[in-house]
Amino acid sequence: MNFAAILPELILTGSGLVLMMVAAFGGRRVTGFTTWAAVVALVGACFALLGEAQLAGPLFGGLIAADGFGAFGKLICFLSAAVAIIAAHGWFERDFEHGAEYPVLILFSSVGMAVMVSATSLMTLYVGLELTSLSSYVLASYRRTDDRSAEAGLKYFVLGALASGILLYGISLLYGFTGTTGFSGIAAAFARDATPSIGLLFGLVFTLAGLAFKISAVPFHMWTPDVYEGAPTPVTAFFASAPKVAAVLLATRVCLDAMAPAIDAWRQIVTFAALASILLGAVAAYGQANIKRLLAYSSINNVGFAVIGLAAGGVQGASSVLFYMAIYVVMTVGAFLCVLRMRDSAGQPIETLDSLSGLSQTRPALAWAIAIFMFSLAGIPPFFGFWPKLLVFNAAVAEGLYPLAVAGILGTVIGAYYYLKIVKIMFFDAPTAPYGKLRAPVETSLIFLTALTVSPVGYLLIGPLGTMTDRAAGSLF
Amino acid sequence: MDLPILTILIAVPLIAGALCLFVGASAARWIALIATLIDLAIGIALWAAYDPGGAQWQFVELQRLGGGITPAWALGIDGIALMLIMLSVFLMPICILASWQAIEKRVPEYMAAFLLMEALMLGVFCAQDLMLFYIFFEGGLIPMFLIIGIWGGAERIKASYKFFLYTLLGSVLMLIAMLYMMLEANTTSIPVLMAHDFPFDAQKWLWLAFFASFAVKMPMWPVHTWLPDAHVQAPTAGSVILAGVLLKMGGYGFIRFSLPMFPEASTFFIPLVFILSGIAVVYTSLVALAQRDMKKLIAYSSVAHMAFVTFGLFAFNRQGLEGAMLVMLAHGLVSGALFLCVGVIYDRLHTREISRYGGLSDNMPGYALLFMIFTMASVGLPGTANFVGEFLALVGLYKVSSWAAIVATTGIILGAVYMLYLYWRICFGKLVHADAAAMKDLSVREYWLLAPIAAAVFWMGVYPESFLRPMRADIGRLLERVERAAPAGDAHLTAGKPQAAPAAHQEAAH
Repeated sequence: MNFAAILPELILTGSGLVLMMVAAFGGRRVTGFTTWAAVVALVGACFALLGEAQLAGPLFGGLIAADGFGAFGKLICFLSAAVAIIAAHGWFERDFEHGAEYPVLILFSSVGMAVMVSATSLMTLYVGLELTSLSSYVLASYRRTDDRSAEAGLKYFVLGALASGILLYGISLLYGFTGTTGFSGIAAAFARDATPSIGLLFGLVFTLAGLAFKISAVPFHMWTPDVYEGAPTPVTAFFASAPKVAAVLLATRVCLDAMAPAIDAWRQIVTFAALASILLGAVAAYGQANIKRLLAYSSINNVGFAVIGLAAGGVQGASSVLFYMAIYVVMTVGAFLCVLRMRDSAGQPIETLDSLSGLSQTRPALAWAIAIFMFSLAGIPPFFGFWPKLLVFNAAVAEGLYPLAVAGILGTVIGAYYYLKIVKIMFFDAPTAPYGKLRAPVETSLIFLTALTVSPVGYLLIGPLGTMTDRAAGSLF
Repeated sequence: MDLPILTILIAVPLIAGALCLFVGASAARWIALIATLIDLAIGIALWAAYDPGGAQWQFVELQRLGGGITPAWALGIDGIALMLIMLSVFLMPICILASWQAIEKRVPEYMAAFLLMEALMLGVFCAQDLMLFYIFFEGGLIPMFLIIGIWGGAERIKASYKFFLYTLLGSVLMLIAMLYMMLEANTTSIPVLMAHDFPFDAQKWLWLAFFASFAVKMPMWPVHTWLPDAHVQAPTAGSVILAGVLLKMGGYGFIRFSLPMFPEASTFFIPLVFILSGIAVVYTSLVALAQRDMKKLIAYSSVAHMAFVTFGLFAFNRQGLEGAMLVMLAHGLVSGALFLCVGVIYDRLHTREISRYGGLSDNMPGYALLFMIFTMASVGLPGTANFVGEFLALVGLYKVSSWAAIVATTGIILGAVYMLYLYWRICFGKLVHADAAAMKDLSVREYWLLAPIAAAVFWMGVYPESFLRPMRADIGRLLERVERAAPAGDAHLTAGKPQAAPAAHQEAAH
């Protein structure tokens, strides 16, 4: 038993259990403690990723693999989870809600994500996914007294259960026709025949459908806007970042590892999901008046782009997906940190786009930060959000998928419209009632840091981050 | 060259722009003016230090960030880029001065946007790396979007969206083509790519993708419709930069990418370019004739003038290429000056309606004189910059296609019609409107805006050699490159039958 290789997961599980007890007996008084302790645990888990955790390879009879791919995914997930905890600090407490357990739930969710990104068996895949999802259902309805939050939790749970059912059906078919749950065994079964049997294909389709739900790719995206809108904003920030990364990485591993020989079969599905997500994410965001809803469509749109890299396949494709998700998380977390700043003078959160009107005159720094995130999410150079988009298109072009690349890049133009709309509201329109002032130095510095990362300064990251993603992607093959 | 002079050229406005955001209105104006003047000085120094007979790429800088398609900080200019850089740095201080009083709200942001714009424009002309070029090329949309959207006229929001999305749509296809080229040639270096031979089938697609971007930027008919909106709504200085420099990026793109990288495809698509340019010359000239809004008229005239550029570029000969470059420079100066002329009277009366003016030569003689100079230059009067460029472009075009030359030449006549008609309606006749009659003549500041441009227009018209000299070697290299694909043309010199000549010679010898 190589426990050093799963040290990050052990740290998170242990601290999660301890903090749960602390929260249960300490009540509201210990919120600050659990928050910062959870952040420390997550950062500690990041350091534990060094060494064995990315080198050990297959563990526990092929249930999980401690490789570079998984380690990279865990790093992004843990860091964005830590930011989601910090962002929520002080958010729940003020409204007489119990905030102490929020970090604990995020910790358990993080353990689930860690299992997801390193799963090399259908069983661990499912266990990781459910651990993350169950924590997420609770988080979505964390604000019990708020109808919208409760509704979001219920919707998420019902639709998530449906997706899990679909996924399990696909898993059972794959197991039935291959006789194994291990990814390498499934890959061997797919490779055996020139054209996979119909049963295997059904298994593949259902598994991918279940995963598409988790990454909220069209046509399994319906839950996303409602859940994002209803869930408390820090939770939405969390949903849009860490679990999404984990799910995309999980899908990448499933496609490029377990189903690698059937690339022609899944590439069609992935291509459709990519283009449909890009298009729908762009068009449906058009009429939104709520910023969280708009960012939900933005995340659907962005997942579409990431999945283009998956459709390309190969080391380059996988590397571009990793790069994309890393930068996507920075942009999304930054954007949501800015949304958390949208509060009226009494401190109540505001979510309407109209309230941003004329922000560049009342709060120029905040307006510029949001503008940077929006241009970056739209993929307009010189902002750094352009680069990951370029990488996925580059991977597609390298594979000769020209129609996909052209269609995808035309999608960026459609999507650019609604990002520009936010900039227009902030910069062109007349000012409205200004937001209340808030003293939150940690969040402010996080906004600054994320904005700096996606600013043109970010191009300096291409070298180191590119090396990391290439190495991580290489460990898949 | 040890001093990274091109980096400094780009960095000065960038730093000044960031600085502007933290100071008050008046300080921002001065910072912007000083920064643009520093850039002008650097530009002049570049021109002085540039060796027309030297290496193709001078002032080269290279700083790698990573391998593969990663953009390298690769800068370097040839004579063509140098001239366009000169145009940009020359117009920028004028733009800042033109906005000195006209812009009253949010001055620091305005100046910052303009300085950012300048940095990105200069970056486009300096970039020697494909990705770097694209980043600068696209990045320029953001400040212009803000300039039109914040400080524009009544319809500014529609115009800013149209500008942004239209040009973005054109450019993204170019990006896919660039990715293909980088994979195919395994380099991002523009000089290397300029010497790379792509297979003909690929060339056609690549050419079309680049054409989509540059035709929108140029703009060519029928993708010019964003331009009148953007021009009319933009503040005066925004129009100047738009007409003066941003449109030139399209022509620069053709001369830097389309022609040397895809020579065969360029020949293949000559009919397309000539038909679109021919329609642009005639159609947009007629549309310009029917305009009641001064800025719209000049915007449409820009489309017609830029058609001369595409005509000249795709003539594949020295006259055509040099003519196209000179038209670009001349148009940058003259249309910029015309927009300034409109701005001068707009600031006084706050309307661009032509019929609200008339008889201005009575109360504004200085204005009428300068406006006359630029009108004549726009018409292409000998002695002004446009004449040289248009004449050369037409000569080059005539060698390739007589029919295209005939159509293009009508553009000069139509240009005279709409420009003279405009001048007549504004400056001649009786002063019928009391408010127009009460307008004061040019202030000292306004003289300082227009007089330098007038001087440059005459300089270029009388002694174009100063401007052609740095470009000559580069145009020669471009010709060598495209020679193999040059079209046959329909005008050739035929050798005569010199029979009487020997006799005449003997007569003379006696």
